[in-house]
Amino acid sequence: MSVFVNKDTKVIVQGITGKTALFHTKQMLEYGTKIVGGTSPGKGGTEVEGVPVFNTVSDAVKATGANASVIYVPAPFAADAIVEAVDAELDLVICITEHIPVLDMVKVKRYMQGKKTRLVGPNCPGVITPGECKIGIMPGYIHTKGHVGVVSRSGTLTYEAVHQLSQAGIGQSTAVGIGGDPVNGTDFIDVLKAFNEDPETKAVIMIGEIGGTAEEEAAQWVKANMTKPVVGFIGGRTAPPGKRMGHAGAIISGGKGTADEKIRVMNECGIKVAETPSVMGETLIEVIKEKGIYEECKTH
Amino acid sequence: MNIHEYQSKEILRNYGVAVPNGKVAFSVEEAVEAAKQLGTDVCVVKAQIHAGGRGKAGGVKVAKNIDEVRTYAEEILGKTLVTHQTGPEGKEVKRLLIEEGCNIQKEYYIGLVLDRATSQVVLMASEEGGTEIEEVAAETPEKIFKEYIDPVTGLMPYQARRIAFNINIPAELVNKAVKFMMGLYTAFVEKDASIAEINPLVVTGEGDVMALDAKINFDSNALYRHKDIMEYRDLEEEDPKEIEASKYDLSYISLDGNIGCMVNGAGLAMATMDIIKHYGGDPANFLDVGGGATAEKVTEAFKIILSDKNVKGIFVNIFGGIMKCDIIATGVVEAAKQVGLSVPLVVRLEGTNVDLGKKILSESDIDIVAAESMADGAQKIVELVSK
Repeated sequence: MSVFVNKDTKVIVQGITGKTALFHTKQMLEYGTKIVGGTSPGKGGTEVEGVPVFNTVSDAVKATGANASVIYVPAPFAADAIVEAVDAELDLVICITEHIPVLDMVKVKRYMQGKKTRLVGPNCPGVITPGECKIGIMPGYIHTKGHVGVVSRSGTLTYEAVHQLSQAGIGQSTAVGIGGDPVNGTDFIDVLKAFNEDPETKAVIMIGEIGGTAEEEAAQWVKANMTKPVVGFIGGRTAPPGKRMGHAGAIISGGKGTADEKIRVMNECGIKVAETPSVMGETLIEVIKEKGIYEECKTH
Repeated sequence: MNIHEYQSKEILRNYGVAVPNGKVAFSVEEAVEAAKQLGTDVCVVKAQIHAGGRGKAGGVKVAKNIDEVRTYAEEILGKTLVTHQTGPEGKEVKRLLIEEGCNIQKEYYIGLVLDRATSQVVLMASEEGGTEIEEVAAETPEKIFKEYIDPVTGLMPYQARRIAFNINIPAELVNKAVKFMMGLYTAFVEKDASIAEINPLVVTGEGDVMALDAKINFDSNALYRHKDIMEYRDLEEEDPKEIEASKYDLSYISLDGNIGCMVNGAGLAMATMDIIKHYGGDPANFLDVGGGATAEKVTEAFKIILSDKNVKGIFVNIFGGIMKCDIIATGVVEAAKQVGLSVPLVVRLEGTNVDLGKKILSESDIDIVAAESMADGAQKIVELVSK
């Protein structure tokens, strides 16, 4: 078991003929991901990397039985691509694209209400279940199969955490990058719930950053519901205030959103927070040793 | 992206939102001419900088005649204003807004902003105009009213009415207030704003509902579809290094320290700053080279870091995903050759094509200190710059 993706996930790549998409399609195929098709309007009927290309997502789904897609199309066209995938009733849509206008995502999010599709991202590294399925842009070789779930708003910090775990002999069940945008499809709580229900996952690392209150809400959820240990890290402790976020943004959250506030709430909810980004793995190991589950988490 | 108050008001006027008559002036003569054209008894001379708190810093003056307009314009133009938003170095005033005086009866606050928790735009309002909304939120949160806006319907008139009644706009002016809010919302969505704040919104003795001040910020991801908004960009308000970086789609923020950072991914870039501080160093910048960077972009990033005279060392921290390590390595080598590297350079590479990247670095004749991990790299650069 794992969450969201596994060896049976059949994936189509939206925008497969783009340069970035092509590179990562190759990488995903090499990893063993079942890439069953791709889309590129006007290039239907051709093939790249041995993968059939279709004009539309619905054509691709009909022909291949895909249940997931990954989106690499440029930002101005990404909202359209997400809605196309949702309309084709895929179970999972992972949007890698960054710099999508936020009001586009507000509309997409509204459109998705009541639909069956789960969106991960945008502006995320994707989802990987080591040894089974890699959808996205993460470097596959750093991952090892195991029992620690990783969820993060930052792509590169996810790699950092995974790398530290693997080097310490601790494998991962699934690593999910939820993306750094203010409006995204899947939040911390969605992923934590999935990890909580997944028998393969024994412990979780949750990586957040400044802005918004998603980490605080997730911490409260962990306190009330989570049966497995969770450790955390918050990036941006030393970031200058007000550079990216205008000051009206702070009011919605009632003055929350700083790293210190997030760390305080996480600690209060029983989530041990790593002091620096280089000890995320160590912090997890300390906690699973305390809980007596270190041996079962070790990669044999 | 930020714009000036007079520019925000220009946009609002186009959407039927009431604003006082006014003109921008770049010189004292233009200011006097603007006041003559307005022809009102009282004029307000307002400093135009990209920061709030101008009034308290002496950047807003009420002139009772043309001579006073001249006096205040002479006083404010060229003056460096220091407000709570400018930082201690302040900002020099290069533009003025000359605006007709307003017979203010009462001040309110109206704002539109994206609410991350609900993924909707929210309209916020308060009867406590003129004060910072954060203060109101902290002291009297019950005085802030909110309406969440469904993107399908947009702001509905009943929501605007509810806000108007909640903040006690005089009943006979509610319709004008509703028209104001509807126009503001349309401007917000059509121009892809990220924040629109009217503080204060005023009710005048003549029975008008007007934006006395206006602050609009725009979603930089959407600027590609708003050439008209791009025209409003005032490069003099921005850090020259940040302008240079934006030409190459690099996300760069200037800081006060002496360790230049080049990182991929915003999260790792922030965490790199954190860990440098943790080991007693001080980052000179935040720099995310992004996922789609080319060797050329990396070279430019390097030049920008080195153009900061405070930089005494550079830490390159890359965990390649979409970004390939060989591209970073090629860019670093190229940049070091072009600019002649004179400060210590610590490089930590991991991720996609890492072996290729390390090979490129080791085969070059540039003096590079390799780091095994992020902590190792941070410690090494902190040590090197403190020598």
